[in-house]
Amino acid sequence: MAIEYMGLNNIQGPLAVIDGVSDAFYEEMVTVTLDDGTKRIGRVIEIAGDKAVIQVFEGTSNLSLTNTKTKFMGEPMRLPLSKEMLGRTLDGVGRPIDGLGEYFADEVCDVNGQPINPVSREYPNNFIQTGISSIDCLATLIRGQKLPIFSGDGMPHDDLAVQIARQAKVVDADDENGDKFAIVFAAMGVKHDVANYFKKSFEESGVLGKVVMFLNLSNDPVVERIITPRCALTAAEYLAFKHNMHVLVILTDMTSYAEALREVSSSKGEIPSRKGFPGYLYSDLASLYERAGIIKDAKGSVTQVPILTMPNDDITHPVPDLTGYITEGQIVLGRDLHLKGVYPPVSILPSLSRLMKDGIGKGFTREDHPDLSNQLFAAYSKVEDAKSLASVIGEDELSDMDKKYIAFGRAFDEKFLSQGKNENRSIEETLDLGWQLLGMLPKSELDRVSDEMLEKYYKPAE
Amino acid sequence: MDNTEGQIFGINGPVVKVKGSDSFEMQEMVYVGDEELIGEVIGVTSDTTVVQVYEETTGLKKGEKVVGTGGPLSITLAPGILSDIFDGIERPLKEIRGISGSFIERGVKVNNIDEEKKWKVQFKMSAGDYVTAGDVIGVTQETSLIEHRIMIPPNVKGKLDWIAPDGDYTIADVIAKVKYDDEIIDITMKQRWPIKQARPYSKRQPISKPLVTGQRVMDAMFPLAKGGTAAIPGGFGTGKTMNQHQLAKWCDADIIVYIGCGERGNEMTQVLDEFSELIDPKSNRPLLDRTVLIANTSNMPVAAREASIYTGVTIAEYYRDMGYDVALMADSTSRWAEALREISGRLEEMPAEEGFPAYLASRLSAFYERAGYVTNLNGTEGSVSIIGAVSPQGGDFSEPVTQNTKRFIRCFWALDKSLAYARHYPAIQWLNSYSEYIDDLTDWYAKNVSHDFIAKRNKIMAILQEESSLMEIVKLIGADVLPDSQKATLEVARIIRVGFLQQNAFHADDTYVPLEKQNKMMDIILLFDKRIRECVEKGIVLSKVSESGIADDIIRIKYSIGNENIDAPFHELARKINETFDNLVYNHES
Repeated sequence: MAIEYMGLNNIQGPLAVIDGVSDAFYEEMVTVTLDDGTKRIGRVIEIAGDKAVIQVFEGTSNLSLTNTKTKFMGEPMRLPLSKEMLGRTLDGVGRPIDGLGEYFADEVCDVNGQPINPVSREYPNNFIQTGISSIDCLATLIRGQKLPIFSGDGMPHDDLAVQIARQAKVVDADDENGDKFAIVFAAMGVKHDVANYFKKSFEESGVLGKVVMFLNLSNDPVVERIITPRCALTAAEYLAFKHNMHVLVILTDMTSYAEALREVSSSKGEIPSRKGFPGYLYSDLASLYERAGIIKDAKGSVTQVPILTMPNDDITHPVPDLTGYITEGQIVLGRDLHLKGVYPPVSILPSLSRLMKDGIGKGFTREDHPDLSNQLFAAYSKVEDAKSLASVIGEDELSDMDKKYIAFGRAFDEKFLSQGKNENRSIEETLDLGWQLLGMLPKSELDRVSDEMLEKYYKPAE
Repeated sequence: MDNTEGQIFGINGPVVKVKGSDSFEMQEMVYVGDEELIGEVIGVTSDTTVVQVYEETTGLKKGEKVVGTGGPLSITLAPGILSDIFDGIERPLKEIRGISGSFIERGVKVNNIDEEKKWKVQFKMSAGDYVTAGDVIGVTQETSLIEHRIMIPPNVKGKLDWIAPDGDYTIADVIAKVKYDDEIIDITMKQRWPIKQARPYSKRQPISKPLVTGQRVMDAMFPLAKGGTAAIPGGFGTGKTMNQHQLAKWCDADIIVYIGCGERGNEMTQVLDEFSELIDPKSNRPLLDRTVLIANTSNMPVAAREASIYTGVTIAEYYRDMGYDVALMADSTSRWAEALREISGRLEEMPAEEGFPAYLASRLSAFYERAGYVTNLNGTEGSVSIIGAVSPQGGDFSEPVTQNTKRFIRCFWALDKSLAYARHYPAIQWLNSYSEYIDDLTDWYAKNVSHDFIAKRNKIMAILQEESSLMEIVKLIGADVLPDSQKATLEVARIIRVGFLQQNAFHADDTYVPLEKQNKMMDIILLFDKRIRECVEKGIVLSKVSESGIADDIIRIKYSIGNENIDAPFHELARKINETFDNLVYNHES
């Protein structure tokens, strides 16, 4: 039987220290009961002799050294799982908050998960059509991929995520599992209205019954945020690998998550690395992102679209930087495009999908897709060169070729990148649009396209 | 049991403090807790021993026992390593999947290498022969590509007292007995070797042969030597992994050791899938037959990440001892350095730059120094070449890992974000990269490819260099105002960049280009350079040259001319270039 410990020895930020503990294990769950009967949960994050350091998820306010009773639960943090979770709203540590009561657990799992054996992974190559030209053509989303959206404050990353969630579909016709999809949504430190926006959008598109929401809003306890994505991914893995569903996981906002981690780290007195973030930020983020994928023993998949806001739009900030090293590409939103009124403001040059090369082209999308996307990237990077030259010598002084590129760039922003929030373009439409734009450039400039493709698809503009 | 035993006192992430015994040795391998997780002693004080654990420590309790093994962390070396995939401390992941399913559980007990499988061994020595360390007593066909040479372990010598007859043996069977000073030592096919200790060799040899990769920007511009060291630094998305894969596929080493150190799980799966399908052009066998994979993906335990690099290099040295050329790819050494930082932080050591421990530089140099071209103990020659990817934070090369790596490598392939954004692959920035091996290799290129290979390379570099200074001007005032001679330089540089430096890894021919073709491509480009300069001198307008479309023909060589029977098409192209320019000159003068 678990023993209850009276009082605490030390409280520091979100951490509490108890002395004289004989039987605790690393990462064990604890409940802390206050005098007034309210309960909080926490986790052992360090053991030093008889001392156990406990991270209290709901924060340590109102705790004193004498008003608590602490009980060690004898198990690591676990989440009850069931198909009944679909359609439910849970708090940051997985307790229902929609007033519908507890759900019946089919299984209980450690939220930390376990690393997928690389031998058991199935290499992802199923194209997901999002209906958004810039993503489908240039940074293709693949089932089982982790593809984050790098955004900044005030940019429409939420709209984009909702649009992806609403429109995403797999074109593969002979996939009998195709309609078994679910969305797991985890909010970490986001504002109430943002969470509501997501909820409302899911409702409007009629998928709410397929969504599990984990909400840790900006006024919820900071430390709880560290558990939220783990709960969400545990739920996603359960749905994908137990019930063979295709799960899209939206994690927002990873920057708040990393900041919570920093807060705990600094109250533990750890040695900080860049910008005060702990040295293990990379491993910690990886333990979340790597939980995307497809395994050979199940038919489902976990696809992740984490959203993060880059502080001051700085892509070299540790959070986007380390994320980019782990995830399989990134979709970067550009402030300048947003100011110009382009929606979605996908800045294509720094955007990338590492898995697209194996999921596009003949047999997946269309034979010309690889060459076309390569050429569009190359051409757009020349547009940037021409623009920077024009900013010095003025557009009139540019050579004819540079002028053509400027015109191409303008048309690209207006026709290719811009689309409505409900506009759902098929991959054929997107690719045809790409060729139509390349028609504005002379054939000799298209050095990334094979002769055969040029012959078949290139038509010079009138 | 006289093994040292202590009790867990404190736990912080992968670091466990142990009390109750003062006889643990530094770097001793220990079993931690009731689940017997593998760990290593990294600090000893009078009352506490510090252990880093190679598995997740969730669930460990104070008071659980920690047992020493009496020896340092070692791995098994034997036939059966090739074409398999291991974790950071050489546990076979395929076996683990059989035991614990799709996810890796803790404390799984498996043999490092299959001890049941029988290998057909042919012996090369007979009883009565004198043997010393490294001598090959027999061979077995490990994979279709590689013959495994069974060697006397490094610390054994004496007279062969008995040797088994040819036949099928497992790696645990005794196949020979060596007698030395009345002591009889049993020899099996497996050896144990501590991973942090370099395997001995007889003598280091000077560097003299290139590691041919089939990648133009590497072979022709910044060559790496067999036994050399190279670094590929680059921000995310610049193609570090892609370049490592290309090298693993095409470089002319006999054995590839590929270490996925703190990188993506899907990438390891990709290598595994792709390499078992890809066929080695020379032998028509799957590339996986010469490859061994070490995977410590980014969500696998951090302490094992540190070990994975040493495990890989120890395996590489083992095959080098047999007389093979081994190439080791480590992707990425930054993750390894971060693992050092994480452990160091948990030990509350005084940090140096950016939280990295002060011993970062010495660890890096000790690792890279295990590369080399050597004469082995048994007289054969072998090499270990190391290619380490570096992932600088924010793509900033001034950070400590890149800077310290630069001091210990001699070939630097700097990846560049703006090239990657423009989809110029491989995104190796020619102005920031260098190879110190060029002088060592000049003779080899002269003898084996062309007497002026390096001279041509230098000329091409000079053109690129000039282009970059001209681009400074172009950025300010546009290209139109430049004199024709400088415009010509820009045109030639464009051809070099697009037609030569850029290489398409997804094109059947262009993914690997033999040196012969690289040489001829340089010839053609320099021919164009010579002829266009003639035009400039004669005052022919350059637009005439571009109208002729001859530049595009050169750029398309990579696709239009295959890798075999290249003499005729190159000859034809040279004729066409000369004819085009002759016509221009003729029209101009008449």
